[in-house]
Amino acid sequence: MASVAETTVAIPPRRKRGPVLHFIGRLFREKPLGAAGAVVFMLFLFCGIFADALAPYGMNQIAPLNRLKPPSWAFPFGTDNLGRDMLSRCLYGAQLSVIIGFCAAGIATVISVFLGIVSGYLGGKFDLVLQRFVDAWMSFPDLIILIVVVSVVGPGMPQIIVTLGLLLGIAGSRIIRGAVVSVRENMYVHAAQSTGASTFRILWRHILPNVMAPVIVLFTTRVGTVILAESGLSFLGLGVPPPAPTWGGLLSGSGRTFMLQGPWLALAPGLCLTIVVYATNMFGDALRDLLDPRMRGSR
Amino acid sequence: MQAYIVRRVLALIPTLFFASLIVFVTVRMIPGDVIDLMLSQNDIGASKMGREQLEQALGLDQPMWLQYGRWVGAILFQGDFGRSLWQNTPVSEQLLQRLPVTFELGLMALIVGLSVAIPIGVYSAIRQDTPGDYVARSFSILMLAVPSFWLGTMVMVFPSIWWGWSPPIQFVPFSKDPWGNLSQMIIPSIILGCALSAITMRLTRTMMLEVLRQDFIRTAWAKGLGERLVVARHALRNALIPVVTLIGLQAPLLIGGAVIMEQIFVIPGMGLLLLDAVSQRDYPVITGVFLIVGVAVMVINLIVDLSYGLLDPKVRYR
Repeated sequence: MASVAETTVAIPPRRKRGPVLHFIGRLFREKPLGAAGAVVFMLFLFCGIFADALAPYGMNQIAPLNRLKPPSWAFPFGTDNLGRDMLSRCLYGAQLSVIIGFCAAGIATVISVFLGIVSGYLGGKFDLVLQRFVDAWMSFPDLIILIVVVSVVGPGMPQIIVTLGLLLGIAGSRIIRGAVVSVRENMYVHAAQSTGASTFRILWRHILPNVMAPVIVLFTTRVGTVILAESGLSFLGLGVPPPAPTWGGLLSGSGRTFMLQGPWLALAPGLCLTIVVYATNMFGDALRDLLDPRMRGSR
Repeated sequence: MQAYIVRRVLALIPTLFFASLIVFVTVRMIPGDVIDLMLSQNDIGASKMGREQLEQALGLDQPMWLQYGRWVGAILFQGDFGRSLWQNTPVSEQLLQRLPVTFELGLMALIVGLSVAIPIGVYSAIRQDTPGDYVARSFSILMLAVPSFWLGTMVMVFPSIWWGWSPPIQFVPFSKDPWGNLSQMIIPSIILGCALSAITMRLTRTMMLEVLRQDFIRTAWAKGLGERLVVARHALRNALIPVVTLIGLQAPLLIGGAVIMEQIFVIPGMGLLLLDAVSQRDYPVITGVFLIVGVAVMVINLIVDLSYGLLDPKVRYR
């Protein structure tokens, strides 16, 4: 026994950093491109949250003397046909995108988690019927469902958030279900079952914490999907009604009529959209690789 | 193979049932509004029917399940999708007119997408981690983020400012002027194909890398076959099987993107029909387009699955 006491077991030094900081460190070391995406994503969040303070001019502040001014120091992104500052409008557009992106992705994730966990854990007939429903749901193009639903409920921000949340929530439940099915057969789940834990307790305490990785990844990638879908809808004139400066809306309507005289009108909103979606994709991919290697390659 | 086909077709029935239910419930969510709207626009109900008569004419006074049964029955047995509220022509006629246009756009986009994606994907895989691979990969990830409606808008704006050239927007049907029609469709097809090619390229590259590491490829190299033969005959054929499935998965995206392209380039396909119907609140047309698009995606997926069975014998016996 003495020899055991003599051998010093190298106890790894306690990590001083919390798990979040440690994870951020890994992100920057292993996935520099994903980290860059995260930085841009945070910047976009910042712009969206503080749009009121950052925007040099009002959202719809009209200045007839400054009609269709090309980009300059006073108006870095130029002005539109009513003399509204494009930079300010893009910043407020970021605000709308943040709100819609986070709310709709949040609703979608909650729905996906609920359906995915119930369907994956209970299995049986319920699962079979629900999955056929999801099949049918997924065979409709997102944009077509959105257009049809908007034609019934009318355009507007709350409707779009709920519809997008429902739309992506049902489609995403497939991914969570897959994760649940693989977790369900673990020993600790059987142990919980044999001790007589209620189904709710098993789902809440054992299944849910173990599918958190795909849930986080799903949420992040959904933010990008939602922003893109909303801008497509606004581009068709069925999204958030003008004069709200959504990025998709800025590219259509009156903006489009004056683009030949002011081509900068076509550049700024599209660039904002592309950069944010690109950053979200990069960030989401990196998160997936780090948190949940099983999901690699799936979209 | 026959048993596989039968099984696959039978599996389609519940999905079709749910799809029709989704269409029906979504459009009938607020039936009161349709009536109010029709009553407020007197020119629609030309005979100036009252509220109850109108409800009766549209069958809205009956219970939901009976309405559903009648609606499905008419489509299944008579191909009757109802009549447009505005033109008062059968919806099925309009659908038949518009479907080939969207189909042509989708098919051309598919051809453009695949003929760009597969060679680049293969190149990227056999020259893994070279500068060429990095350029191809970065480009494809970028293409995933660029919204097609922005690309379309820029194609409409910048060439016309720089060179005074703008894409033709007066639609010519294929039957009248095949060349003019194709030259008009090619630009939206390229834009639509771009997004598709990004995903396809990534998958082709991943699958090629996986296949290239397998034993039979090493055998092919060991036999002394040239690179061209190893890649084209042995590796690519195996790598392409999952790519075929991807086409089925991308079908909804392709049709959704077609709606936007049709709007920008004024192509009278299903998308434009839907958008016009939405702005006029022409519910029978909306219902018809909605259902047909869903069924079209299912049929595409059926064809993909069956061809998958042909390409990969392992699938048939599962």
